[in-house]
Amino acid sequence: MKYFYYSGCSLEGTALEYNISTQAVMQALGVELIELEDWTCCGASAAETISELLSMVLPARNLALAAKMDKNCDFLIPCSACYLNLRKVDEHLGSDEGLLEKINDVLQEEELSYQGGIKSRHLLDVIATDIGAEMIKAKVKRELSGLRIAPYYGCQALRPYGGYDDPEQPRCMEPLIEALGAEVHPWTMAAKCCGAGLMTTKKEIAVELTGELLKAAKGADCIATVCPMCQMNLDSYQKQVSQAKGEDLRISVVYLPQLMGIAFGLSEEDLKLGLNMAYTGSLRAKLKN
Amino acid sequence: MSEEKLELTEGHIAKDFMASIRENIRACMQCGTCTGSCGSAYAMDFTPRQMWRMIQLGLVDEIFDSRTFSLCSSCYYCTLRCPRGLPLTETIHALKQLAVAKGVAEKKGARFYQTFLDTVRRYGRVREMELMTRYFIAMKSPMLPLSFTPLGMRLMMKGKVSPEMPKFFGPGKLDAIFRKVKELEASS
Repeated sequence: MKYFYYSGCSLEGTALEYNISTQAVMQALGVELIELEDWTCCGASAAETISELLSMVLPARNLALAAKMDKNCDFLIPCSACYLNLRKVDEHLGSDEGLLEKINDVLQEEELSYQGGIKSRHLLDVIATDIGAEMIKAKVKRELSGLRIAPYYGCQALRPYGGYDDPEQPRCMEPLIEALGAEVHPWTMAAKCCGAGLMTTKKEIAVELTGELLKAAKGADCIATVCPMCQMNLDSYQKQVSQAKGEDLRISVVYLPQLMGIAFGLSEEDLKLGLNMAYTGSLRAKLKN
Repeated sequence: MSEEKLELTEGHIAKDFMASIRENIRACMQCGTCTGSCGSAYAMDFTPRQMWRMIQLGLVDEIFDSRTFSLCSSCYYCTLRCPRGLPLTETIHALKQLAVAKGVAEKKGARFYQTFLDTVRRYGRVREMELMTRYFIAMKSPMLPLSFTPLGMRLMMKGKVSPEMPKFFGPGKLDAIFRKVKELEASS
């Protein structure tokens, strides 16, 4: 298995542990990741609020870089917003005739061009569909028994472009969690929004949405995430959210590949668990046993 | 092109962007599934369903006076569930673009996204600390940085980010692409 690896900007900074643990786990699984030199930002949720064309050109620039190398290789994207943006380009090419020409008019400035056809896939899709629970189970050296994990998918990994799981009631993380020897925390919030960028621009709303998620996760040992934005909203504001909700809502929040890595026998340092903002002593103690 | 803002031009508005937004929503039958699916609806002055009706009726000033579309977090639940299959989240993005172009965009959101894209134009990638510093400068609000200081300190202590003074002048990595987009949008 071989993929173009598009880490995206967050994974170079606040989500560094997601980047490092993803690469470590993929290496353990024998998956080859090809990093695109000179990749640039996908436009995040910013470009679409300013300019439609820019919101297509920014992700297309990266697809064009990949097309120069190998057209038969999918993108593997750990960040849900990056995934949505890169996938959006090909999703729109079919219905918007003049779009490709406009994109290429702009890309010409950097002597790049894109003709469509490269598949953009979320890390979760690759883990659940291409790798699968069986192959994961075969790699487990240390079962996560006694651990109760709340699988959190968020929004943009599933909507509007999913295809690998139910966009309202996703289940694909469950066999993976069970393959690690852990137990699934049953909840109905797995695909509800954390507030995303509203945490910066409309904090009170994001605090409300995140609060509902953290409340529903009570009883779990940790929440497993697959998006740097979800992770940050869930793990970095727990004190403020607890104050707003009038109850202690602190809980560990870790990236899915970090949990996989622990079960594969990788070290805390390999998986950069020290960088997580909410990795509680009780989870650490459970994992040590 | 040091501090050039990327915005839709007046010409774009003249082409009646609003008409294409209305066209998107023409088939809305006011069932309210969108509102029932929206996590932010509780904080809106008009619910999503009401806003689609306002678009159908051409109540442009009322739409841009309301805080409804600026509260969308792009979760795509409404788009997923709309029984008419309308591109609702994309319509919100179009409204946000139009608000920026009209200069009536709600200050915090618009400044944040402008600053974000200017960082991308300059470096090709987002540098989170640089972005936040620039955002605070753009907002000119002494209280705003304080609400993010505890998190910023924790992130720095983890070594995930480091303080960075923004560079406001000099060429940017994606200047050519941004310039061309602007040029094409002005002429379309």
